[in-house]
Amino acid sequence: MKVAIIKYNAGNVYSVSHALQRLGISPIVTDNKEELMASDKIIFPGVGEASTTMQYLKTSGLDSLIVDLKQPVLGICLGMQLLCSHSVEGNVDCLNIFESRVEKFSKDSLSIKVPHMGWNTIKNLQTPLFEGVDEDTFFYFVHSYYVPLSKHTIATCNYGLSFSAAIKKNNFHATQFHPEKSGDLGSIVLENFLK
Amino acid sequence: MLAKRIIPCLDIKDGTTVKGVHFVDFRDAGDPVELGSRYSEEGADELVFLDITASYEGRKTFVDLVKRVAAAINIPFTVGGGVNEIADVERLLNAGADKVSINSSALRRPQLISEIAQNFGSQVCVVAIDAKEEDDSWICYLNGGRIRTDKDLFSWAKEAQELGAGEILFTSMSHDGVKQGYPNKALANLSSSLSIPIIASGGAGEMSHFKDAFTLGMADAALAASVFHFGEIKIGDLKSYLKKEGIIIR
Repeated sequence: MKVAIIKYNAGNVYSVSHALQRLGISPIVTDNKEELMASDKIIFPGVGEASTTMQYLKTSGLDSLIVDLKQPVLGICLGMQLLCSHSVEGNVDCLNIFESRVEKFSKDSLSIKVPHMGWNTIKNLQTPLFEGVDEDTFFYFVHSYYVPLSKHTIATCNYGLSFSAAIKKNNFHATQFHPEKSGDLGSIVLENFLK
Repeated sequence: MLAKRIIPCLDIKDGTTVKGVHFVDFRDAGDPVELGSRYSEEGADELVFLDITASYEGRKTFVDLVKRVAAAINIPFTVGGGVNEIADVERLLNAGADKVSINSSALRRPQLISEIAQNFGSQVCVVAIDAKEEDDSWICYLNGGRIRTDKDLFSWAKEAQELGAGEILFTSMSHDGVKQGYPNKALANLSSSLSIPIIASGGAGEMSHFKDAFTLGMADAALAASVFHFGEIKIGDLKSYLKKEGIIIR
């Protein structure tokens, strides 16, 4: 199986690559259109700021490529948010796979610390991505913006309010948490995606 | 619910782990990658690797170590030591680190915090502060506690947050290494006046000290070194204890 990680100006490309290597998979890290199209599974990672990252994707032509992908895709963190229609981070239109608008955690109205950083529990888990993962188990999150609940939500998390910990629509899957940094449970989620 | 984090800290010199007691007198505590993997398996929530090497050769060794850690470990880790400019941050992030901690360099040039936040996001930027309680105030120190500044802990932490710090790692020099507990009053003051997570560091000697840091000190995470390195407290036992005490723990 050929697994590709989309290479762009995101922070966690190599963390994801290392995580796959620990599972015995040697992914390619590429922004080459042919190589991406020829891959069986594609991971769209992301750590960074939404509007500058969208600008980068547009300039490089990766935006239209991602939208057209037919193979299973897994967006992670900012990768998940960029698959939505709009983000209030930099007030930018995104890839519009999911109709959701990405909102910011309000530290004042919710009485929480922002960013949401650390290990939090997820629930309302749907298979196959969460096959073998128990309800209320901990995953690692680092983010200040969130995807609201929608009909595409396949896992929820609570931090001041309930939001989407994971979403799925057709061939597109995405997690707000970092499976590559979530210990053994994170590895299970990655393995489920790669099955 | 968001869990309180337990973070073992590994001081690295020339590629091996050391732990200072009151910032001097180092004792060897083993191979950093092996130790880090063991902590991860025992349930550590994050790891911190601090490079205390001064030489250029030592710095290169540290970047190689960061790469080995990133390949081996599946939990987040922070690295620090010798980070003075964006290029240093970039090198460490590219080697696989999740966060970078800065200390003296931020006190000398606070703008470094905003540069990191703008280039890589606030979540990458941990501002570490060494402070000592003097009369009724907390004074920040530079260079591993060797140089006194005129900065007050609370105003500097607030300034760091405003510049874009993602977390504050507060080490009490008055408590570090003496195993009598964390500075809970100062921690609670920091935690209630700031909106970013606070990591308590320096002073853990027994399991109840962690509980106190989370309850009395309202800390989001607690960091310790020697109690873990020398097996005085096992991370698994500590987490069972904290759960029993009603603390939310992974």
